[in-house]
Amino acid sequence: MKIKKKIPLIDQVSKLGFWGGKFGGNYVPETLKKPIEDLEILFNKLKNDKRFIAERDKYFKNWVGAPTRFIKLENLTNHVGGAQIWSKVVSDANGGAHKIYNATVHCLLAKRSGKKFIIGDTGAGYAGKMLSMAAKKFGLKCKIFMGAKDIARQQPNVKAMKKNGAEVIPVYSGSQTLVDAVSECMRFWVANCDTTAMCVGSTVGPAVFVRICGWSTSQISRELKVQLIDKFGSMPKKLKLYNCVGGGSSSFGFWNEFMDYDKKQCEFIGVEAGGPAKSKKHAAPLTYGSKIGILHGAAQYVNQDSDGQIEETESISAGLDYPGISPLHCFLKDTKRARYTAASDEDALSAYKTVTKFEKLRPSLEPSHAFSVAIKEAKKLSKDTIVVVNSCGDAYKDREILKKRLGKKYVEPN
Amino acid sequence: MLNPISLAFKKAKQENRAALLTYTVAGDSSKKQSLDILNSISKNADILELGVPHNTPVADGSQIQTSAYRAIKNGIRMNDVFKIVKDFKKSNKNKAIILMGYFNMIFQFGENKFLNKCNSSGVNGLIVVDLPWPENKEFARKCKRKSIYFIQLLSPTTTTKRLKRIIRDSHPMNYFISMLSTTGGKLKVSPKHILKNYTKIKKIDPKKEIVIGFGITEKTIGKLKSADGLVVGSAICKEISKSLKHGQNPVTNVSKLVKKLKSKIL
Ligand SMILES: Cc1ncc(COP(=O)(O)O)c(C=O)c1O
Repeated sequence: MKIKKKIPLIDQVSKLGFWGGKFGGNYVPETLKKPIEDLEILFNKLKNDKRFIAERDKYFKNWVGAPTRFIKLENLTNHVGGAQIWSKVVSDANGGAHKIYNATVHCLLAKRSGKKFIIGDTGAGYAGKMLSMAAKKFGLKCKIFMGAKDIARQQPNVKAMKKNGAEVIPVYSGSQTLVDAVSECMRFWVANCDTTAMCVGSTVGPAVFVRICGWSTSQISRELKVQLIDKFGSMPKKLKLYNCVGGGSSSFGFWNEFMDYDKKQCEFIGVEAGGPAKSKKHAAPLTYGSKIGILHGAAQYVNQDSDGQIEETESISAGLDYPGISPLHCFLKDTKRARYTAASDEDALSAYKTVTKFEKLRPSLEPSHAFSVAIKEAKKLSKDTIVVVNSCGDAYKDREILKKRLGKKYVEPN
Repeated sequence: MLNPISLAFKKAKQENRAALLTYTVAGDSSKKQSLDILNSISKNADILELGVPHNTPVADGSQIQTSAYRAIKNGIRMNDVFKIVKDFKKSNKNKAIILMGYFNMIFQFGENKFLNKCNSSGVNGLIVVDLPWPENKEFARKCKRKSIYFIQLLSPTTTTKRLKRIIRDSHPMNYFISMLSTTGGKLKVSPKHILKNYTKIKKIDPKKEIVIGFGITEKTIGKLKSADGLVVGSAICKEISKSLKHGQNPVTNVSKLVKKLKSKIL
């Protein structure tokens, strides 16, 4: 299994949609074969179409807000006393997280295909919030599927979705989290694929959804590459890119442009959700060696029992609370291009405290997982090492959880 | 010997009627009860589809989900599913049994081991909801070598070109999904429209048996009786849920329902 150079990773798929011959694919009901094929044809055409790219870039620039900032965390760097710690503040993007890129592109595609309705899943609520924003902007009617547990713990984003005119459909099956929301969204698509477009909220699902999402979030690394060269004059010799990994869309987008660099020069570190320190449950299939299985239409490493029943996960972070992982990351793991590890709930909370103590930055619980590992590792690294953490979400949505776990003073006033 | 699935169609044709196929979930609501249900409905059903419960079923509506979650909660494992089939076959040697489920369960068991186990317990056919054509070509070939029918699903969204290719590669029985829906949806198109699609598919290769499923209930089954076979699933799962809720015996209630379904296609 090998990564090819000079070909975007999203295009290194076989005809049947597999990366490395075994990750991804299209394990879908027959009814979805046609709509998926239609979407593939449309996407394959448009991703190389200059006018479409210009349209995407126009919305990314003027509406999403590109580029998002790339800043040095001086105080944190001094406090840690090792590598330089920087952050790509992707939460600057309209709506407060990277989910806006994928949502925008899906709405543009839905418009092109003449669809009037769009549906999507959400965990932390960002994918849903951004889809509701984009749907409103492009005149599409929008439904968001969200686990009942997540609705309760991510209220600010639920309110935002409703304000944008989306219908939020609570999902009560299973663990009532992201995995169940994605299943329910796919079910709705099976029954309505003739009129409705589907957006999968991360680099998961049938192959074309993995590709569209990865293509969209790659905006992050396109910006970062320019910013790095701008700040340092050339690509740094020792660069480490830390990102939390749920389904894997922000991390993939944060790394994509740097894929062809040697990992000694540019290392990718993915941080999964280890769950509560005392619990056996986790959402870290790559870190804890889960077996390959099929979830939501794709073969991937996934938490499951020996029969193939998908296991329940647990994480303080709704956005990372997913038993599977993008086929792209399975491929990056097996080719050893990226390294994966996990941070516990407590690690993430503690990192949130540290970051907010020293910096004017409020990473949500998802990127706080990445900060936790970055801070620990930066301590042991040389001063000429550039550590960059993708701060891909804003903590406003987590205020109730933060208040409960850390106390009032850690919650922002707005 | 002819596969019992083909025998069942032959018998129904001799009686000048559609074959009745039932779908129940293995282990719903317990291992024993699901076996009792199979034993009891086999008098009136021609082919028994037995669902392998999965906890992330992306193509199933709420009724079958409820049955599947109930079965899993009550401890059903893959090996128990085979045991139920084996026990059933002890007293119903020639009754056709089809396992229906999601590919991950087969993948984890191991394809070859799974098929061997199908053979040794008496499974005659397989429906794998999320293993469409052409992804299923290799697995379907393996099934054929073991004399197990791999049943292809066809949908209203399947293009004519694709229909032809799937049917060309298919085994003697295929399954036409009546409408765009998960299982258990209300029939949102007219039986006439469904039969029109059915006839179009049937013409591609008249020798292949085509059953219609999804959304079929007591009310609608009679209007579709000109098909080779008709599948009723969610309505049965719903009957089990209802019986349990009212403290009644699911075995008798489901048997009564299946008898009634049969009477509508005679
Ligand atoms: C802020 C934030 N970060 C990360 C994630 C995890 O998803 P992914 O791994 O696809 O970026 C989410 C998902 O909801 C999120 O909202």
